[in-house]
Amino acid sequence: MAPVIELKNVDKFYPGTPPIQVLFGIDVVFEAGSFNSIVGESGSGKSTLLNIVGTLDRPTSGEVLVDGIPTAGMKKDGVAEVRNRTIGFVFQFHYLLPEFTALENVLMPHVIGHRKPSKEVLEWADELFELAGISKVKNNLATKMSGGQQQRTAIVRALINKPRVILADEPTGNLDSENTANIYKRFREINERYGTTFIIVTHDRRVAEQTDRIVEIRDGRILMDINK
Amino acid sequence: MSLPLRIAIRFLLSGKTQTILIVGGIAVAISVQVFVGLLLDSLQLGLIENTVGNSPQISITSAEENVTIGRWEEIVTVADALTATGPVGVAVSANAFVNKGNDSVPVLVRGLDDVSIESIYGLAGNLYEGSLIASSGDVLIGRDLSEELEIELGDRLQVRTPGGAAVDYTVTGFFDIGVAAIDGSWVVTNVRTAQNLFGFGDRVTSVEMKVPDLFTADTVADDIEGLLDDDSLDISNWKDENESLLNAIQSQAISSNMIQVVIIISVAIAIASILSISVLQKRRQVGILKAMGIKDRAASQIFVYQGLLIGVFAGIVGIALGVGLLWAFTTFATSGGESVIDFRFDSVFMLRSFVVAIVASGIAGLIPARRSLQLTPVEVIREG
Repeated sequence: MAPVIELKNVDKFYPGTPPIQVLFGIDVVFEAGSFNSIVGESGSGKSTLLNIVGTLDRPTSGEVLVDGIPTAGMKKDGVAEVRNRTIGFVFQFHYLLPEFTALENVLMPHVIGHRKPSKEVLEWADELFELAGISKVKNNLATKMSGGQQQRTAIVRALINKPRVILADEPTGNLDSENTANIYKRFREINERYGTTFIIVTHDRRVAEQTDRIVEIRDGRILMDINK
Repeated sequence: MSLPLRIAIRFLLSGKTQTILIVGGIAVAISVQVFVGLLLDSLQLGLIENTVGNSPQISITSAEENVTIGRWEEIVTVADALTATGPVGVAVSANAFVNKGNDSVPVLVRGLDDVSIESIYGLAGNLYEGSLIASSGDVLIGRDLSEELEIELGDRLQVRTPGGAAVDYTVTGFFDIGVAAIDGSWVVTNVRTAQNLFGFGDRVTSVEMKVPDLFTADTVADDIEGLLDDDSLDISNWKDENESLLNAIQSQAISSNMIQVVIIISVAIAIASILSISVLQKRRQVGILKAMGIKDRAASQIFVYQGLLIGVFAGIVGIALGVGLLWAFTTFATSGGESVIDFRFDSVFMLRSFVVAIVASGIAGLIPARRSLQLTPVEVIREG
């Protein structure tokens, strides 16, 4: 499988006196269509790593390549385009725009990248709403849905542009066990059906064990990298 | 519709009460600016019209006192040919006396042509009793003079010149221009009658005219002077003769502009501060939009559009309110049953105010737009 995201010798420092180093020489490759998890204790640097993988944050040194293209030399707008086209995000908090309906939220990444959604895109959105089991609430304002529905809407939104990679940071952290199981089931279905790469950050070992590869971070370093 | 504009509209609609309060507050400020501007403009125009509206704005006389003009027909042709001039008339004026019992009352006999009577001095419109001059023996006098002489319509009035001539005329009408100097001393007749009375032959004492744009009187006078190129003529205009009035009007205009500028600055500051708070309120949304790939420029446009939308609606409401205030002022602020000022619907001023409100709002939106540029998605995500 071809690599879709590569990190080469990535260091990350946060400003301070002295600066605080949170990642130390990270080298990791995620292959297209793989189903991965990053595990670690709270404060281990896993979310920072995910933000760098997702180009939301830049490394202090080292390289990040998306589809083989280094992002370091890109301008902010170029990185924003890569993010819009290649990566879908699911966070612990749904981060839906409360001023818009579920459908409008879902279409937002498409509208940002392509302007008006075509008939095919609307059909694709319907298919995803169906897959997520939330077709009935697609015209509800984001604030008029349950927590589970909001999080599933956020997942549908992450998928609308058919991204190569889904980055999920504790995506079920605020959900009950039934909703949690349901969401990971959907992730696996999407991975198998569309070949989407998943990188899921979690502190929950049981969640990680459902993935094909576990990358464990401790104190900003990769401690283990297990392929099942 | 562009995405930033759609998001801006949705942001404004999502907090309807807040938006209505913001638009309302700014609209009130704009209404004050419009009201003050229109009121002072109306006052200025009213003052000028009252002062020079019923009189010539350019007068051509002989440079020497008590000398008449022979080439007046040529002068009228030259003045009429200019597009910047309005009605052009001629007058024959000289001092004389009329009797009041055994006393003599000094008067100014004015022989005017039809243009002067109707369009320059507006005597036709201000004739409150009787009729205009129909034949050579007819005269019109003002209200104050008629009261002083206790004259009735149709009475005979003997006019005596300093040279000793004495002629009786019939009073056919009374006028009231509202200027004491005219209403109390003018005896108006036609040009030929005055020429015969004073023995001026075919000559006149002045060529007089109005200009459609009052404030061009000085330049038009200069143009005529250049065209006539005659040192024996004196060409005067109302601006040169009313310098203190013009200074007062100019001072008023400056203070009016200052008030309006201060109001517009306060509107811009209000919008900028409100939208800066909006950036804080919406930082989560902006952060997540950036995470989804919206470019910095588009994200910042959201706040510029919000500023412009607030400016458009506050401008419309503010102008309507300002016009309403002026209407109320002209309707209810009366003196002796008449409005203190005339209601003038100055569409150019209002359009200018509208454009200024929108431009100021757009500029005000740039400040929060700049702030939004600094916002990174990772900040929002870390905050949770």
